[in-house]
Amino acid sequence: MPQPGQNDLRLLTLHPNDNVCTAAAAIAAGTSLEIGGRAVVVSRKIPLGFKVAARAIHSGEKILKYGVPIGSATREIAAGEIVHLDNMKSDYLPTYTLDD
Amino acid sequence: MSNSSSFRGYLRQDGRKGIRNCVAVCYLVECAHHVARAIASSFADRPVHLIGFGGCYPNAYAFRMVKNLCTHPNVGGVLLVSLGCESFDRNSLEAAIRESGRPVHTLVIQQAGGTRKTVEKGRSWIEATLSAMEQAPSAPMDVSELIVGTICGGSDTTSGITANPAIGAAFDLLAARKASVIFEETGELIGCEQIMAERAVSPGLADELISAVAKAARYYTALGHGSFALGNAEGGLTTQEEKSMGAYSKSGSSRICGILKPGDLPPAGGLYLLDVVPDGPVQFGFPNINDNAEIAELIACGSHLILFSTGRGSVVGSAISPVIKVCANPHTYQRMAEDMDINAGRILEGSATLAEVGQEIYDAVIATASGRATASESLGHQEFVLTYKYFEPLGPACLPRAGSF
Repeated sequence: MPQPGQNDLRLLTLHPNDNVCTAAAAIAAGTSLEIGGRAVVVSRKIPLGFKVAARAIHSGEKILKYGVPIGSATREIAAGEIVHLDNMKSDYLPTYTLDD
Repeated sequence: MSNSSSFRGYLRQDGRKGIRNCVAVCYLVECAHHVARAIASSFADRPVHLIGFGGCYPNAYAFRMVKNLCTHPNVGGVLLVSLGCESFDRNSLEAAIRESGRPVHTLVIQQAGGTRKTVEKGRSWIEATLSAMEQAPSAPMDVSELIVGTICGGSDTTSGITANPAIGAAFDLLAARKASVIFEETGELIGCEQIMAERAVSPGLADELISAVAKAARYYTALGHGSFALGNAEGGLTTQEEKSMGAYSKSGSSRICGILKPGDLPPAGGLYLLDVVPDGPVQFGFPNINDNAEIAELIACGSHLILFSTGRGSVVGSAISPVIKVCANPHTYQRMAEDMDINAGRILEGSATLAEVGQEIYDAVIATASGRATASESLGHQEFVLTYKYFEPLGPACLPRAGSF
């Protein structure tokens, strides 16, 4: 599903509303990736299956994958940065603990 | 895009239509397992499938499972094999199968004179029944009459980004054509219950979906079995809700029109959640001991075939209903191509899109329903397992549209 603001083919977009892509292959540090139609040089190795910011994401903004929030950014994230434990957190509050 | 959506099915006397025409040989206690296997295994290249229940003590869930499997539309005849002193209510089972119009015969090993005589009698009954079943009437069958279940097993980092969402795309194509599609394992949906509830066709069903996940969370916590593990983070998953979304993406994007429990048939086309976690206090040990326990439950809900997503590479098939293997990881596919039906790993290699693989899965469903053997069928896989469980009947909000079609 190609879309406006092309992304590198090694980045998989699971839903058009997402602000993160998923690495479809390991991508070496220093690689230039096309993200949203612009070239971004990645500073760290991106392993297969890791999330990459598809655009700049503000602190507190929801991280969208599969078209739904999977947590929130805990700091400013630049396009092309890995999105993982050090810059996002879960928003999940189990409802089932309330009736235990 | 293929427009094929009809094929020929086997019309049963109870009006249901199957895509396979097999004899089920069913042992009613482990003590009859060897005899039943000896009977079934002498028909290696013919459609004779072995199922059964190992326990000697009665269990309402196991009875319902066996009854539904023996009257499944893919089954054209049933041989029951009893030792003689087990608690399974073989008379009620035989009556239910007979009432469905299927040929059925019960062999009681203690009355038949032991192992060898029972095996001989069983073989000759099946030989005659298979010949009679060749005359089973066929009828045109539309995709809207299909019931398709899905499960993931042997998952890895790639499962949630290729095979699972591709199965979701196929589920959307099937649901749009009014097929019944069933996803399951509420324990793997912890964290996305609110997202899932938003897709329910009624507020009451939304509450039931959240309760079903809460029940799974309590059940698995009591068993000391957490869901999010360190290894998940090493594979790039960051949060509980993200991990669950990977499994949940098999369900596609249709509205959820009901919850089923093992043995409940979908009342109309659409998307359903199968609640596989037992009700009541934790008992009988771990509830879903392996993938085949859940596959058997999907089949007992009428599934004509199963879509199985795997990343690391599962090889299983099933008794009764064909299993289509969708391989998420291109490296696994290269190693185990003979065991796989669909290479969803092409999505990672950039040679196919999710939508294209979704269409390919849909086409494989139609081809399999039309009689093409799946990889696991060709290799002779007929795994089956059934254990003790306890379920209460569905609440009234679980099937809000039942009877309204």
